[in-house]
Amino acid sequence: MKKLSTHRRHPLAGLVVVLLGLVVAGGLYAAVRPAAAEGSQAGDQELIAEGRRLFVVGCSSCHGLNAEGIETKSGGNNGPSLIGVGAAAVDFQVDTGRMPMARPDVQAPRKEKVYNDDEIAALAAYVASLAPGPAIPAPEDYSTEGASVVRGGEFFRTNCTACHNFAGAGGALADGRYAPPLRGVEPKHIYEAMETGPQQMPVFSWLDEQDKRDIIAYLQRLEEQPAYGGPSLGSRGPVTEGLWGWVGGVGILVLAAVWIANNGARAGKKHQ
Amino acid sequence: MTSHGPDGHLPQRSAVTDGDTTGQDLSLLPDRPAEPVSDPGIPPHEPRPTDVDPVLERRAERQVAMLFASAALLALAFCVAYFTIDESDIFLGYGALNLALGLTLGFALLFIGVGAIQWARKLMADHELVEYRHGAASTAADRAESIAAFQAGAEESGFGRRTLVRNSLLGSLAVLGLPAVVLLRDLGPLPGDAFARTVWKKGVRVVKDVSGEPIRPEELSVGGQINAAPASFFETEGPDGTVIPAEYEGHQLQIEKTKAPVILVRMAPDDITPGPGREDWGIDGILCYSKICTHVGCPISLWEQQTHQLLCPCHQSTFDLADSGRVLFGPAARPMPQLPLDVDEEGYLIAADGFNEPVGPSYWERG
Repeated sequence: MKKLSTHRRHPLAGLVVVLLGLVVAGGLYAAVRPAAAEGSQAGDQELIAEGRRLFVVGCSSCHGLNAEGIETKSGGNNGPSLIGVGAAAVDFQVDTGRMPMARPDVQAPRKEKVYNDDEIAALAAYVASLAPGPAIPAPEDYSTEGASVVRGGEFFRTNCTACHNFAGAGGALADGRYAPPLRGVEPKHIYEAMETGPQQMPVFSWLDEQDKRDIIAYLQRLEEQPAYGGPSLGSRGPVTEGLWGWVGGVGILVLAAVWIANNGARAGKKHQ
Repeated sequence: MTSHGPDGHLPQRSAVTDGDTTGQDLSLLPDRPAEPVSDPGIPPHEPRPTDVDPVLERRAERQVAMLFASAALLALAFCVAYFTIDESDIFLGYGALNLALGLTLGFALLFIGVGAIQWARKLMADHELVEYRHGAASTAADRAESIAAFQAGAEESGFGRRTLVRNSLLGSLAVLGLPAVVLLRDLGPLPGDAFARTVWKKGVRVVKDVSGEPIRPEELSVGGQINAAPASFFETEGPDGTVIPAEYEGHQLQIEKTKAPVILVRMAPDDITPGPGREDWGIDGILCYSKICTHVGCPISLWEQQTHQLLCPCHQSTFDLADSGRVLFGPAARPMPQLPLDVDEEGYLIAADGFNEPVGPSYWERG
């Protein structure tokens, strides 16, 4: 401190102090200023407003004008409340074409999507603005780089195969509902489904990021894997295999037996 | 070459006694009552084209030989495929090696079979035969001879006379049955109350299956489900970083694993109708149920988060987890056993007690 104080009368001391003050003040401002810039905030507001316009036209008949859901007299709902479901749920449901539903039904099936990417982003922004919820995952969230297929398989068989089948081929639930096949589903949508629990699927957001990436990697490996054991018959297990075995296999054997026992062509009386 | 009569009828008994030379033992032929409907007999024999046309015969011969030769070629192709096709090669989405080996060997065997049948159908002798079944009883002479031999044996061995030898033999044979009976003990010990017990007891942490991580209630959102297991199945890390091995291992672990798996589900507390005495068994809408179906013991985790129904894929038993695991549908006779939950001082989920009833399917002594 002594050395510093000896220079306090130096001609340049005032300049140095002013410069230091500027740097500190600028640094502090950079550190504490609001994270979102003014311009992008205005853009968000616009996106949310656009999303609300789309929502009122396309979604509110079931989900209510303010996404609060419409309850029926019997305690069910025409459409559940979307408050707190988050942008990930909107992106999953609308980007896979499940929403809007073609008609009220026990299950919203995957179909050609109705909204384009910008409209989906607007809808997601609107629903996300209602209450905090899971956000749309970034590509690195569901990237399978360095993921463990073996570990993913263990998680998949423990948590997913009950409904989605050991090969991800899907399966039946109660009352005409079903778990859809997982083949050809984009990693982003698999991630969002685990995060949000669409329709009857339970929420698996408790799986940590690595677990989810491992599961996605396992599913991708399942898809890439050639059929070493011959035709998989839809990977449906003993039902299709038994059906093919009994109808196809035994049928061929019956035809063979008929051919063997057939008396065959005869030359006719004139040769006797 | 025909064994039927000149009119194409089956040889009747009268025909045989008239000096037919088929060599049948007359005493073995059954006495036949008069036929109510006259026997039309075998239709007249007609030769096959290959019997009368040497060109066709040679063609059939070539066909059969071609089939056998193709089988040989395919067998060689099998060997070539085995050595030349790489295990990782893919053809039309199938493993190329398996496909080639299966097709070549399969068709080789098929061609040998088809060739043999074709040979028999086209070229081998083609005449109708009648072969009678003979009576089951031996002739009187054979029976008398057998009885005489047996009696001679009994007499010469002295089995009836030497009672000491006979009785000691019978006694030793009887005692020889004891080792077989004693070995049955190895089927035991009797399970006792092992069916009724699981490893769950007060204070056992409920952890995630596969990873063995403990669970905080806030990790599970409404509609969430965790397939869980008791912490004693997993190794844990002690406070000083040492690894504490799992309480159950190997054979014992496999046995306990058949009974102890549970599922944790979280519902909105308003949706839950707790059973009498079960009001405090959940934590903020998190309930814990056995994963073993009460029908025949399939592990089930098909839980529909909106209907709160747990469906067993084996026989469609359906349980309402919002209502003490009540049976809604299907062959199961008992509700899913529920495990009372609590939170320990570190904030992780634990069992507040063991199951108060045996998990899994009904059994004889369960009552």
